[in-house]
Amino acid sequence: MTQDERGGRPGLSRRAMLSLGAAALATPMLSRRAFAAPTQLTMLAWYGHAEPDIVAEFEAENNVKFVPKYYTGGDNMLGLISQSPPGTFDVILSDAEYVQQLNAAGYIEALDPADYPFDEFFPEFQKFPGHWDGDTLYSVITRFGFLGVAYNTDALSEAQASTYDVFWDPALKGKVGHFDWHLPNLGQMSLLNGNASPYDIDGTAWEAVKEKTMTLRPQVGGFFDYGGTFSSLNNGQMLAFAGIGDWITGTLERNGAKVRSVIPEQGGLQFTESFSIGKGSSKADLAKKWIQYITSAKGQSKSAQMAAYPCLIPSEAGWKVLNAENPAEAKRQGMVLGESNAMDLIRSGRIKYRQLPVQQSLEEWNDFWSDYKSA
Amino acid sequence: MRRPVSLYGLTFSLPLLIWQLLFFVFPLVFLVALSFWTVRNFRLEAGFDTVNWVTMFGRPVFWQAYGTTLAMAAAAAALTSALAFPCAYAIAFKLSPKAQRWAVFLMVIPFFTSYLVRVYSWQVFLSDAGIINVMLGWLGLGPFGLLNTIGATMVGYMTLSFPLVVLLQLFSLVFIDRTLIEAAHNMRCGRLRTVFAVVIPSARVGLVIAALFSFILCFGDFVSPIYLGGGDPTTLSILITDTTKSGQQWPRAAVIALTMIATLMVAAFLAVRFAYKGRTK
Repeated sequence: MTQDERGGRPGLSRRAMLSLGAAALATPMLSRRAFAAPTQLTMLAWYGHAEPDIVAEFEAENNVKFVPKYYTGGDNMLGLISQSPPGTFDVILSDAEYVQQLNAAGYIEALDPADYPFDEFFPEFQKFPGHWDGDTLYSVITRFGFLGVAYNTDALSEAQASTYDVFWDPALKGKVGHFDWHLPNLGQMSLLNGNASPYDIDGTAWEAVKEKTMTLRPQVGGFFDYGGTFSSLNNGQMLAFAGIGDWITGTLERNGAKVRSVIPEQGGLQFTESFSIGKGSSKADLAKKWIQYITSAKGQSKSAQMAAYPCLIPSEAGWKVLNAENPAEAKRQGMVLGESNAMDLIRSGRIKYRQLPVQQSLEEWNDFWSDYKSA
Repeated sequence: MRRPVSLYGLTFSLPLLIWQLLFFVFPLVFLVALSFWTVRNFRLEAGFDTVNWVTMFGRPVFWQAYGTTLAMAAAAAALTSALAFPCAYAIAFKLSPKAQRWAVFLMVIPFFTSYLVRVYSWQVFLSDAGIINVMLGWLGLGPFGLLNTIGATMVGYMTLSFPLVVLLQLFSLVFIDRTLIEAAHNMRCGRLRTVFAVVIPSARVGLVIAALFSFILCFGDFVSPIYLGGGDPTTLSILITDTTKSGQQWPRAAVIALTMIATLMVAAFLAVRFAYKGRTK
């Protein structure tokens, strides 16, 4: 007699029910890893570094979920760290000039150089200034970029834009934009004034930089933040821009905007981005694994093509992978081995590191920038 | 005679008191304390030093930004009030009750979207290749530089405060005693004169409070001066971001913020005093 005939529940027998129930309960135990909640890894970074195009593969391979906190500018980053309890951020991305500040404040852990693929990096990046304190490593460079003259290709030719003097062109009156941060803008003015070390200048040279910068004020159409810079270049409102480079125009160019960046004859500035492990992180091993991943050849190629903003990469092995995966982007960014490329610009001495002012206080530079803006 | 404090009364008044303490008094006290702290090597150090006040008040750029912000906010409040009044007047006196409800609804709708998004969308209209210049181009005019100007900032300010000003003016106008208007008309007072001699004086409190709200909103606004004004000229809100952006100078930013709060309190006091001037209980 079947259950139905006995007036019981139709369909499954009690034995089958128990078997199914047991199987259902046991399944997560059998494949516990697949069902375990991903480990959260907090990242303090510029926008884009914890987006799926960069981290999805690492997250899937390591059952990790990045929790990003994005900032704009090194001071903003330092502010966020100083206002958070130790261990809040597992991974910290910083521009080179702020690594020393992070280290001085005790916000980052010392790293073991042997853990990272420095032998795959170009020699210039194997012991990058500011990332080391003596022989102790605190941060691993992951990307860098150049800052020069950004211009609208409909309005200016590359030859015209190849000098900072183009900002004073009467045809560009009201059409010159500034990325609203004193360091890159004043660094460029310092280069224009012929200072070989644009941030290490004496009082006389500093006065000359200020004087020269003030003469540009009538040409300026606005001072823009990250979003404003993108939109004013994209809609053609600004035709030339100081203080930025391919990290902004490259993104726009990839999306069809008629803008480009060029390193002018007076030279360009270099910014770098590097990863550190936050002091007090309870997931330092996983953070180390992430830095290993993003500085590997594969990770470097991915990083160079970041959707948020492209950058140059310090890994020669990464260049090779990028050329195999996306030769057009490698060509566009000047990362093709065996022809004139980004490394040649550095080696020819045309690129200077962006850094904090050496002979003046940061406050002095910032105060002048405020005065300049309101002039 | 003073009434004793009852549990019933406390139940309703305590939450407001706690709210005010938590979200206004404590942050304000902290802001005052912060303005006397110092920054050493990017780090805040608690203490009592007047250096931030002396430095900020001694800088011409601060007073320049202060004057600019004050003038722009006052101009925006006057302009918004002037443009909003005909709108509020029409809704209050010319529309049917049903149409009034729709008009109020339409005035509330802008609050459903982000102010930042609305300001960004103005860029599409105001840029050199934007909608306005394209349309002017059809008439053989332009292009005119509309974006990154003070005029564009004013447009942003009005985007922020116009609907609110209309609503506040409207609530004031609908409660005007209509018999006063009828009396004015009976005494052969023309329509325009009635507006200036009867309607506006009767609705003075609401009109002044509406203008005050517009002033307060525009005085502290950061979005329009940056995204429509191009950050030029520098306003106090921009100066705050400039100050915090480099060197972690939060104490100096606190000085600017406290000056702004003091200015708004004085403005509010003067406005309310003017609004109720000559009125008796």
